[in-house]
Amino acid sequence: MTEAVPSKAPEPKLLWQEAKIAAIMPDTPRVKRFLLAPSAPFLFRAGQHVDVRLTAPDGYQAERSYSIASAPEQTAAIELAIERLDDGEVSPFFHDVAEVGDAIELRGPIGGHFVWDVKDGGPPLLLGGGSGVVPLMSMLRHRAAVGARVPALLLFSSRTWEDVIFRDELLALDARNDGFQLALALTRDQPRRPSDFGRRVDAAMVAELVGRLPGPPKHVFVCGGNPFVEAASQGAIEAGVAPSMIRTERYGG
Amino acid sequence: MITRGFTGRQQSPDIANRLPPGQSLTADFPVLSAGPTPHISLGDWSFTLQVGPKPVAKWSWAEFNALPKTHQIRDIHCVTKWSKLDTPWDGVLVDDVFKAAGIYEPATKFILAHSFDGYSTNVPVADLVGGKAIIALRYDGKPLPPDHGGPARLLVPHLYFWKSAKWVSGLQFTERDEAGFWELRGYHIYGDPWREQRFTGD
Repeated sequence: MTEAVPSKAPEPKLLWQEAKIAAIMPDTPRVKRFLLAPSAPFLFRAGQHVDVRLTAPDGYQAERSYSIASAPEQTAAIELAIERLDDGEVSPFFHDVAEVGDAIELRGPIGGHFVWDVKDGGPPLLLGGGSGVVPLMSMLRHRAAVGARVPALLLFSSRTWEDVIFRDELLALDARNDGFQLALALTRDQPRRPSDFGRRVDAAMVAELVGRLPGPPKHVFVCGGNPFVEAASQGAIEAGVAPSMIRTERYGG
Repeated sequence: MITRGFTGRQQSPDIANRLPPGQSLTADFPVLSAGPTPHISLGDWSFTLQVGPKPVAKWSWAEFNALPKTHQIRDIHCVTKWSKLDTPWDGVLVDDVFKAAGIYEPATKFILAHSFDGYSTNVPVADLVGGKAIIALRYDGKPLPPDHGGPARLLVPHLYFWKSAKWVSGLQFTERDEAGFWELRGYHIYGDPWREQRFTGD
């Protein structure tokens, strides 16, 4: 909460623009990934989000915010990972109706707090629950895209092995041994790997993860539903992390 | 631009008329904040009124709770797109805070609200007086839980909810309209949901 505000020119108005769905990639039983090609591509920072707008024939509009999953190095198309909420309005459209070639409206980038660049240094400790992993994935893809070797650790809590979004890519990043470590916490499944856990996040888990880093974390990013964020961020504080180094993003609304 | 195949879940007119553009109804009370939830003991809690750098009044938890209380039922609108209708709050009108400090004419036209975690947000004085805003101490009849901003939060329900600073520690009169935490990070300086003033330039 106390970091310096990056000095920059006043931000221009964020305009709505058309974006074409360039690809749809089913990922887990509940999550599909969408590549969206904006008509006017824009620069963004890892961790930022976009607003998406859908319009019905009678003019009714629905808007939602989605974090960007892709790396800032890739601007021609941005990737969103959208979880299907059965009682939702926008996510069922994306899952059940949207097809490659369809156009939607979006504007962005949005958010200047929950962002990380390799120039900000590290290690970053990333704690994600469910689709809260999305902005953290952008940070990790950014780290990989620039070939950084700054140590980083992602704790990713999912219900089961099948629910781990970006699983193959995360396992591949982990296997590079370039300073990135992955720890999965499966809340309704057995852990598959020695570095993983078979329980919900708690203070002991966060303390163990801090210990796996070669030095104290410089930035902590926590994203997920409110219970996950509360448990993970309080766990980080108990592990000795200063509250002012912890940035949170909570969804559920 | 019409989105192929999208019809949406449209609300009845009496609810739709209470939802600002781009907002959707929630029955939950989502929690949002930029950092971890601070846990502030009532013994450590205080509320300070400042004019510029100068403190002009300060209350302990017991002293603040002795001020006149007001009950308000309000609709709230979060910039992350959810709105919640008829939320019940109890607290102290900002009018009564000023009165208790002997302030009958605002020192300046602008307020910067401060929080225990370092958060801040700016609101014109005119949007805080005349019964428009309270320092909320209770939600739904119960003490405000920490993740919803307890012990006390500012409640300015006619503006986007980031203006309703959680864990509020005081109000500061400022000469100019000083941008707060989110206002420095691309969010609108005023934040009227009915004009959809989400971001700078909206």
